[in-house]
Amino acid sequence: MFYYLALAAVLFAIGLFGVLTRRNVIGILMSLELMFNAANINFVAFNKYVATEALVGQMFAIFIVVVAAAEAVVGLAIVLLIYRNWRGIGMDNVNVMKW
Amino acid sequence: MTEHSYLIALLPLLSFVMIIFFLRWQEKVSAGFSIAMIVISWGMSVMVLIETLARHGKPYEAFYKFVELVRFVPEIGILIDPLTAVMLVVVTTVGACVQIYSVGYMHGDPRFSRFFSYLSLFLFSMLGLVLANNFFMIFIFWELVGLTSYLLIGFWFEKASAANACKKAFITTRIGDLGFLVGLFMVAIYAGTFNYGGVFDKVASGAIPTGIVTAAAIFIFCGAVGKSAQFPLHVWLPDAMEGPTPVSALIHAATMVAAGVYLVARAMTVFVGSAEASLVVAVIGLVTSFMAASIGLVQNDIKRVLAYSTCSQLGYMIMALGLYGYDTALGHHSPGYYAGSFHLMTHAFFKGLLFLGAGSVIHAVHTNDIQEMGGLFGKMKLTAPTFIIASLSIAGIFPLSGFWSKDEIVAAASHHPVFLVFTLLIAFMTAFYMFRLCFLTFFGEPRDKERFDHAHESPKSMTYPLVFLAFLSIFAGWVGLPWLQHGFASFVYHGEPYHPHANWLLMIISTVVAVSGIGLAYLMYFKKSISADSVAAKFKPLYTLLYNKYYFDEMYDALIIRPTLTFARLMWRFDAGIIDGLVNGTAWFTVVWSDAKQWFDTWIVDGAVNGSGWIVRKGADLGRILQTGKVQFYAFFALLLVVLVTLFKLESGSPDSESGAPVLTILLAVGVVFLAVLSRTIGRQPAGQEAKREDNV
Repeated sequence: MFYYLALAAVLFAIGLFGVLTRRNVIGILMSLELMFNAANINFVAFNKYVATEALVGQMFAIFIVVVAAAEAVVGLAIVLLIYRNWRGIGMDNVNVMKW
Repeated sequence: MTEHSYLIALLPLLSFVMIIFFLRWQEKVSAGFSIAMIVISWGMSVMVLIETLARHGKPYEAFYKFVELVRFVPEIGILIDPLTAVMLVVVTTVGACVQIYSVGYMHGDPRFSRFFSYLSLFLFSMLGLVLANNFFMIFIFWELVGLTSYLLIGFWFEKASAANACKKAFITTRIGDLGFLVGLFMVAIYAGTFNYGGVFDKVASGAIPTGIVTAAAIFIFCGAVGKSAQFPLHVWLPDAMEGPTPVSALIHAATMVAAGVYLVARAMTVFVGSAEASLVVAVIGLVTSFMAASIGLVQNDIKRVLAYSTCSQLGYMIMALGLYGYDTALGHHSPGYYAGSFHLMTHAFFKGLLFLGAGSVIHAVHTNDIQEMGGLFGKMKLTAPTFIIASLSIAGIFPLSGFWSKDEIVAAASHHPVFLVFTLLIAFMTAFYMFRLCFLTFFGEPRDKERFDHAHESPKSMTYPLVFLAFLSIFAGWVGLPWLQHGFASFVYHGEPYHPHANWLLMIISTVVAVSGIGLAYLMYFKKSISADSVAAKFKPLYTLLYNKYYFDEMYDALIIRPTLTFARLMWRFDAGIIDGLVNGTAWFTVVWSDAKQWFDTWIVDGAVNGSGWIVRKGADLGRILQTGKVQFYAFFALLLVVLVTLFKLESGSPDSESGAPVLTILLAVGVVFLAVLSRTIGRQPAGQEAKREDNV
């Protein structure tokens, strides 16, 4: 189980790093997917080793995949709007949410 | 008619109101209306007198309550008794004569109508004073006659001397009125009423302590001293001659100045209640009479001689009344009351006539100085004889009215040797100065040729009143002939009717005295066998003293006016220095204090307000560094928070070291991410700007 969790943690950290550091919006979205999947691995791993008789973890993972798909749709729509507004998809430009 | 006698006073008031508001612009109408009103009043007064005679002098009183106060009830009412009835006739008679006379005398004056309105107002006040049935009312009218006197003395207020004279008259009489007021308060407190009858009953029944009666009597007498120009408040009367001559005749000879005598006669019961007060009255009367007569000997202004004569005659009456009060208080009979009121009546007629005659002379020669007149007898065929009749009357020559009344005064003084001697001396001086006046004015050579040539007899409106008054000066005294069974003495009396009897010795003595006075004047000013100048030179100090009127004006100036002015200046300095200093100092302090407060407000309060704003702003400036607007930056902080919370939970929640390994792993991973992000975020800040530009390109 340690390896599953370590993989998930590493994957999550990579995703997090990606979200925080990528300048490309598409990259950020991709990193987000990594973080989702790190969570999915955790769910599946815990389901297998901790609560074996219930399929809650499995079910939740599938739910997350579905939600992530929906999230990706929303995210891409935002990306499209960002592109239209700033003629680019670099996150550095998107800083209007300050004072 | 008696029930409607209030109209006697109200008709002149109507005339005053009408002239002031409606008729002022119509001089003839004003004068006519005014004269019509006073003539109606005169007619009514005569009828009232007749009715009073028919009632055998029984008093008639009518009043209503003015206000109901707790302690006493002031009334407004009228009292018609013989004294009132006689005074009404005297006042209206002289008033009517003077008004008719004024038509001629005031002709061409720019304030002709106003003069008549003032005269009407005066007559209203004087008649109200006479009609009043209580001390409260008499005081109101007392002040009103003072006011009209002020207005009329100062009628030609363009003249500085007239303006000063009216102020002097008003202020001097006011001093006496203050005493009168105090007397009234004493009466009100101790008698509980102002009504004559009520007060007199209390006094006569001995309900009021004798000391109080004495004090009240003397205080009331103060009012008479002021109004009747008695020593020591006589100084205003000669100056009052600055007013028009009809005013002098009406107010300052016949009526208003007689109000003081009337007051003493009216309040006689109070004086009878105190022999001391009566003695004071008698002595003041005698002193005034003697002093004024002696000053009259040497004056050269025709009106001033008459003014001092008035003073002197009023002193006579006051003295007679005082002697009556004194004798009666001591239980003796005395003709004083009858003599005083009788002389009051006769004097009003002949003194009014003298003043009107003097006015006629002044009208003719345009000067008051008798040294510039002379020889006018031939030119003034009516003025001169009437003036001489009046002079004979005042001198006390048989059988003119002055003889009878003066004789009674001498009779009243006959039981007091000192008074008798001085009374006869005054009679002598009176005869002398009156005929000095007559001889210098009407006889001898004209001393001022130019004035003499312009002299002419006055118009009829002026001479007819003279004739009428001359008639009264001769015959009015006959109502008091000592042989009459029901003469003046049995009509106007106080207490018991007095029955005069002819005292031949006194009559002869007084006639001799009068004739010798006239004779001396004749020798000095007509025959010039005794040189007036040499007599004056012989008694130089006395002459100077008399000519300067005993230096009363100078004395008052030095003793009262100057100290008052000095004190006033001192107070002014005090006011300007200390009071104003205090006020200004307060203002200055307020200004300085306000400046201090303004400084405090600007720097401390505003500083605190602005300072807090400044602090918030600076704090916000610090805070906004964090607000980069970059989503990733915010997400990083969210991460940081999660890490901190997790750390905290792990540290406090599970102390066992079993779960330490994954925690440490997570911490490690997060720490790496944090450091990486931190380094990149800080390092990229300037680079971000460049990237933006590249993107735009």
